[in-house]
Amino acid sequence: MSKPEFVYVIYIKTTAEKLWNALTDPDTNTKYWFGAHQESDWKAGSSWKIVFADGSVADTGEIVEIDPPKRMVIRWRNEFRPELKAEGYSRCTTQIEPADGAVKLTITHALDGDGTKFIAAVSGGWPLILSNLKSLLETGDIAVAVKK
Amino acid sequence: MDEVFKALADASRRSLLDRLHAENGQTLNELCDGLAMTRQAVTKHLGILEAANLVSTVKRGREKLHYLNPVPIHQIGERWIRKFERGKLAALSDLKRRLESSDE
Repeated sequence: MSKPEFVYVIYIKTTAEKLWNALTDPDTNTKYWFGAHQESDWKAGSSWKIVFADGSVADTGEIVEIDPPKRMVIRWRNEFRPELKAEGYSRCTTQIEPADGAVKLTITHALDGDGTKFIAAVSGGWPLILSNLKSLLETGDIAVAVKK
Repeated sequence: MDEVFKALADASRRSLLDRLHAENGQTLNELCDGLAMTRQAVTKHLGILEAANLVSTVKRGREKLHYLNPVPIHQIGERWIRKFERGKLAALSDLKRRLESSDE
């Protein structure tokens, strides 16, 4: 297994359960994920996808590991940009740990094979998504409604 | 947020972040390599950067890999940059980069 290409950490004043719900509930997803949401039944081996607001499919994959509300690993491939899809599957690990009255959310992402385009694309998106998620959970509102 | 500014207010710590920006996921040995800082100084600076959440780490066997965590910097930007300004600011920094690197 290759080493993670990036490791993003954010501290959010909430509970692990509320954060887990925000990460897996499609309606909550749309509030901080630029209108997109994930679809899955959140069981190990189940299919997983991200769907844009217009209904088109952004990414697909499967749940590799899941341990609510602590950890999940998703096998993840882009579907809407051919040059990213060509780089194949990546592995996204989400980890939630208690941290002194808050929770520490760690997102790591690694590509199974070689390539740089997919990681470059997702590494730009995650900080925005995570900041929005933090704002949503801590204040009920988001900072940036649309990308760019 | 105070911790982030304090951590960034030091040239040695910024150079460590630059090294991680150039190559993410380095060990302490790799980070020390070619630096005019002692190993103890690098360890101390990394501790301050990690406490400010500017550096995140993962364990890999016996090694600890260090990553640049841009999330707090992004949050600082978001606090003072309005969304309509993003495009113009990106264009300006792109222009600056191109003009200043024109000798390459």
